[in-house]
Amino acid sequence: MITQHFPALIVVLPLMVSFIVFVVGIFRVRWCLPLVLTTLGLCVYFSVDMLYRVITEGSPIHYRLGGWEPPWGIEYVVDYLNGFVLVGISVISFFAGMYLKESIRDEALKSKMPQFYTLFLLQVTGLLGITVTGDVFNLYVLLEIASFSAYAIIAMGSRGADFAAFRYMIFGTMGACAYLLGVGYLYIATGSLNMGDLSMLLPKLYSSKTIIVGFVFLLSGIGIKMGMFPVHTWLPDSYSLAPPGVSVLLAPLFTKVGAYVLIRVMFTIFHPSFSTDIYPVTDTLSFIASIGVLFASVLALAQRDVRRMLCYLIVAEMGYIVFGVASANHYGLIGAIFHIVNDMFMMASLFIVAGVVFNETGTSDMDGFKGLHRKMPVTSFVLLIGAFSIVGVPPTCGFFSKWYLVLGMIEAGRYFSLTVLLISSLINAVLFFRLIEITYFEVKEEGAYKIGEKNTPFSFDNLSLYSLIPMVFYASMVILLGILSGTIVEHIIIYALPQAFKG
Amino acid sequence: MVRDVEDVIIKTIARIMVPIMQVYSLYVYVHGHISPGGGFQGGCIMAASFILLAVAFNLGEAKRRLKEKAIAVFCSLGVFIYAWTGVVPLFFGGNFLDYSKWSHILPGGEVMARYYGMAFIELGVQIAVMAVMVSIFLDLVTAGRHEEVLGKDDDGFYSR
Repeated sequence: MITQHFPALIVVLPLMVSFIVFVVGIFRVRWCLPLVLTTLGLCVYFSVDMLYRVITEGSPIHYRLGGWEPPWGIEYVVDYLNGFVLVGISVISFFAGMYLKESIRDEALKSKMPQFYTLFLLQVTGLLGITVTGDVFNLYVLLEIASFSAYAIIAMGSRGADFAAFRYMIFGTMGACAYLLGVGYLYIATGSLNMGDLSMLLPKLYSSKTIIVGFVFLLSGIGIKMGMFPVHTWLPDSYSLAPPGVSVLLAPLFTKVGAYVLIRVMFTIFHPSFSTDIYPVTDTLSFIASIGVLFASVLALAQRDVRRMLCYLIVAEMGYIVFGVASANHYGLIGAIFHIVNDMFMMASLFIVAGVVFNETGTSDMDGFKGLHRKMPVTSFVLLIGAFSIVGVPPTCGFFSKWYLVLGMIEAGRYFSLTVLLISSLINAVLFFRLIEITYFEVKEEGAYKIGEKNTPFSFDNLSLYSLIPMVFYASMVILLGILSGTIVEHIIIYALPQAFKG
Repeated sequence: MVRDVEDVIIKTIARIMVPIMQVYSLYVYVHGHISPGGGFQGGCIMAASFILLAVAFNLGEAKRRLKEKAIAVFCSLGVFIYAWTGVVPLFFGGNFLDYSKWSHILPGGEVMARYYGMAFIELGVQIAVMAVMVSIFLDLVTAGRHEEVLGKDDDGFYSR
């Protein structure tokens, strides 16, 4: 049956099509978009089907590449945790792919559309691969595929993007080196690269210095890749200067996949007791994340450029996820896992709004949002929903994951981090109410917009369906995830927790 | 590097060297199973032969032999061969990359099928590495502006 091959196909299909698109683009640029959307649509189908099978059968799906036995060959594993994240990634990338063509207005770049699609699909390949693989070295390879395509695609952005991409490359390479060194230390000590195998071999070696050094290298590598506080400096520049359609894919997904890898390393490869008792990093992580959240929130408040502001918010959101991970208990980890997927959709909806406004008004400054609701009611409403979710207003999903995070932090007794989380939420509220006030209550000077121009029934906001559908979808997902939060936590996330945190 | 070099010795030696290098690169590829070598090394030598053409003659000469469009197609073709080598076993009930299932198409049993699988993969690597190396060289040497350096008559991919 073909269904058993989905774990491999979800990585191989975008990889293959990325190169087919490149050749097809030489001859017929028009055929690229349908091809890309079909591929990403199939990825959505694969991921949803796999998650459904995991839920109904109640056991993880194992797939052996080349038919080799796990400790020697590469194994792809889909369980509750990465099945859930896979669905998020594939759904977001499908709609980001839809928006990509619409977002590129520059004539010089438009002629390079096939290259854009190639890099875009390679990016998706990398992200899906990182999530689905059960092999630490394979994870490194796919991390590099995702990173390198990110460097290239960011460099295609507006003025200064090449410099930002170069800086990202320096940081990213250091992160990848640290991760690889960590993998090397684990391999020297155990002789295995398989995650499941490592988790069985490692407990006897927890006192060894090699393992501790390897663990620290792994954490610092992932920290750089996910934009944790002291090493986040590559993030705001590169994500705010990238082409708008690209930041819709990159900004929500890349850092969240990093957070997923962090959870995998800390709680699957290593037993949870290692990072709480034997080599207690959770206190340090929580402290660093607290400073990072404060720092990022204050800096976000200082920005006039909306896309840059959102980038600082990502740094803060990563801090929230680290809070959850560092709480290392039942509720904290539920919050962290739920927040990974929630934050993908919140950030995607906000970044797509920023991208649409940037394309319509030519600036991503806050002034571009003046009186926006009269010209673009749908866009403004999506902004409203995304903003409420980041602040944490109940019907949206941001509230529920923050609720679990707060419960977890109280249980772990981390009151400093808890205070920081609440202060940061307040800052977010100030931040977004300022933006919402500009959008809804300030009026642009007369004649700045020609309201009601070409108001055909199918063009709300004068936008094409390619930008409208993703935007509305992301916003409705933000609300849907909030409404269904109980079901999702009960049926998926509870089972995604490591054994030590269940119950 | 773009201007024509008027040196008979360099041109003659290059003209003799290029085919030898290309045959040698194929040798390195084929012999990669049992000795140091393989697709990557073979691809690099193959690319070096085109780069030698560009250095000894001029850029136009190298691009006349290996068109920009061809480079683009070869880049993709290499990866395409690689991926399909892994995908074909799916049709015969194997997992992705399970070369032993090639024995359904090719003669010689499962062990030989794995051998063929490796050969195909290396062929893909050879083609992709060759094309990418030449492409990187062209981009570096023209600073990415092929059409300006070579004039409008070139029917390269970027000058459309």
